[in-house]
Amino acid sequence: MTIQQPADSQDLPRVFLVDDHTMFRAGVRAEIGALLPVVGEASTVAEAVVGIERTRPDVVLLDVHMPDGGGPAVLTAIRERGLSARVLALSVSDAAADVIGLIRAGARGYVTKTISAPELAAAVRRVAGGDAVFSPRLAGFVLDAFTQSDPRLLGQDRGERELNVLTTREREVMRLLARGYAYKEIASELFISIKTVESHASAVLRKLQLSSRYELSAWAMDRHII
Amino acid sequence: MRDYDQVIMPTVASPDALLDQPRLLLAPRGRLLGGVSAGIATHIAVPTWAVRVAFAVLVPLQGVGVLLYAVFWVILPAAPCSDQRRRRGRGIGHVLVFGVMVAVTISILSLWHSSTQILVLGCLGGVVIGGALTFQQADASMREQSISVASPLPWSGVGLARTPTTLLRWACGGGLVLAGLAGLLIVAGELTALRSGLIFTAAMLIGVVVVLGPWLARVLGSLRQERYERIRSQERAEVAAVVHDKMMHTLALIQRRAGDAREVSRLARGQERELRTWLYKPASAPDQQLSAAMEAAAAEVEDSYAVTVDVVVVGDAVLDPALAALVAATREALLNAAKHAGVANISLYVEAEPAIEHPVVSVFVRDRGSGFALDAIPPDRHGVHDSIMARMRRHSGQAELRTAPEEGTEVRLRMPLSTSGQPYGGGHDDPATR
Repeated sequence: MTIQQPADSQDLPRVFLVDDHTMFRAGVRAEIGALLPVVGEASTVAEAVVGIERTRPDVVLLDVHMPDGGGPAVLTAIRERGLSARVLALSVSDAAADVIGLIRAGARGYVTKTISAPELAAAVRRVAGGDAVFSPRLAGFVLDAFTQSDPRLLGQDRGERELNVLTTREREVMRLLARGYAYKEIASELFISIKTVESHASAVLRKLQLSSRYELSAWAMDRHII
Repeated sequence: MRDYDQVIMPTVASPDALLDQPRLLLAPRGRLLGGVSAGIATHIAVPTWAVRVAFAVLVPLQGVGVLLYAVFWVILPAAPCSDQRRRRGRGIGHVLVFGVMVAVTISILSLWHSSTQILVLGCLGGVVIGGALTFQQADASMREQSISVASPLPWSGVGLARTPTTLLRWACGGGLVLAGLAGLLIVAGELTALRSGLIFTAAMLIGVVVVLGPWLARVLGSLRQERYERIRSQERAEVAAVVHDKMMHTLALIQRRAGDAREVSRLARGQERELRTWLYKPASAPDQQLSAAMEAAAAEVEDSYAVTVDVVVVGDAVLDPALAALVAATREALLNAAKHAGVANISLYVEAEPAIEHPVVSVFVRDRGSGFALDAIPPDRHGVHDSIMARMRRHSGQAELRTAPEEGTEVRLRMPLSTSGQPYGGGHDDPATR
């Protein structure tokens, strides 16, 4: 494993690649290597766990579909070992069920593999800063899954209900994300700061991870989009 | 382009209206017991109550009604039913009701006949009910399950579909049949004379099971094996068809045009879309569903202009003429973006807002391309006025254009939903309305 690091790598998030396709890893490394330090890569879950423990990256780029347990296994291992690495899921737009599974297992965001290098680097930086990354499709999924007013929600206590409903602002942010707006553009569209947009996105991600809405998994199973 | 204005709205119709002569099936809906009466009523187009009365009238005549009903119940195929909930957990209850009916019949008959005849009838009833149970006719889903797993032998379902309910059902049914048969034999002959015969038969049966058991198990095993093989080879053939006809073809084209980056990316994108559709999405017709129509429009633009359209659809609606016009306007907006924006990526966002007083479908077509000054629309962009603005206005929708030089373009379309095109949530059933 070669480690290439740009000169001013002090503040830049250190990236670890996990993907079972060698060609894809090489491609990502070539594309974002100039923008961000890539500290290691792995093609299996076991390799990834060892590598992440050794190199202590800031962000793990994790493929959704991998043999031997796949992405969720890596996320579980990271959590169990108390590692600080944050995870950004990378997928060739596969079944929604998988992506939602990964988000609920703790990934901070999801992007498709067709994303451009500068956009990927920006997404990695955002995840490293503790924020959430939504692809337009993931935002669309959130809107769809949280739109239905479910009579079952009425019986829940306040804390639980808050997790299962989006606020108006969160909905607006998700809608703009689904329309292909960048965070900066959303901020100027809604006359709020980028920080506020980021905090709305993080709140939605939290809801996506913790919500007990029964639709989430059922919906994802039904429609294999994303 | 397809003429969406010709789309005929699907209407809710009774089964009779859909087919000239409905097949004789067990009715999945509106049934009291097994759906026999409702099924026959549908088949010969008379009210259900008339058939029920006919059966009831036939009951006192030597129990013919009950017997007929049982025979129909056993031999009629169950209607395919899309509603999962209705299919489950009703079979046992129905059998109990049927048992009560038989008991009532027997007590009515006992007014006319001697106790021996009653006993015979009772035993016959037992055999019939037992047979019905083992054939699992009472519960359509169970039956489908066992037949799909176990063809060609109905009883081999026992060996293959090993759910507890199936086993219990089979055990009860078998027990009833045996008890009924034994009862018949005992009534027919003298009990003592028969006892040794029964023991002999039981011994024979045990012997047969011991001898044939392993062979039966082997046959069942090989049946299952063969079935899996068949499924596997069918799957393989289907995959091969897709891979060969589509992917190989595309790959060959890509190799030939390796120098043309635009063309290669167009081919790759088109193939990716096709493969994804094949893998993940149930096909829905673009002339019926808003989401499918939008995706088809985006795919068309992608194919003709070598751009990528990111389609996100939230909610869905049944296509009506107004929504078809919306799709056409969206297509124009996508075409404009593909032709003039000079970027490879266009975002399309469609939202059918449910659960509000005046449902609206909103569409946003956005590119980060060159944009233009609104008051200086070049002559070749009359399309914006004619095919987007005017078309939307004709169907009482709204269109709005936001653009500035070097700041990209966004076309916003809003179309009110007519009551016929009520939006519904994204693919999941709302149990409260079902």
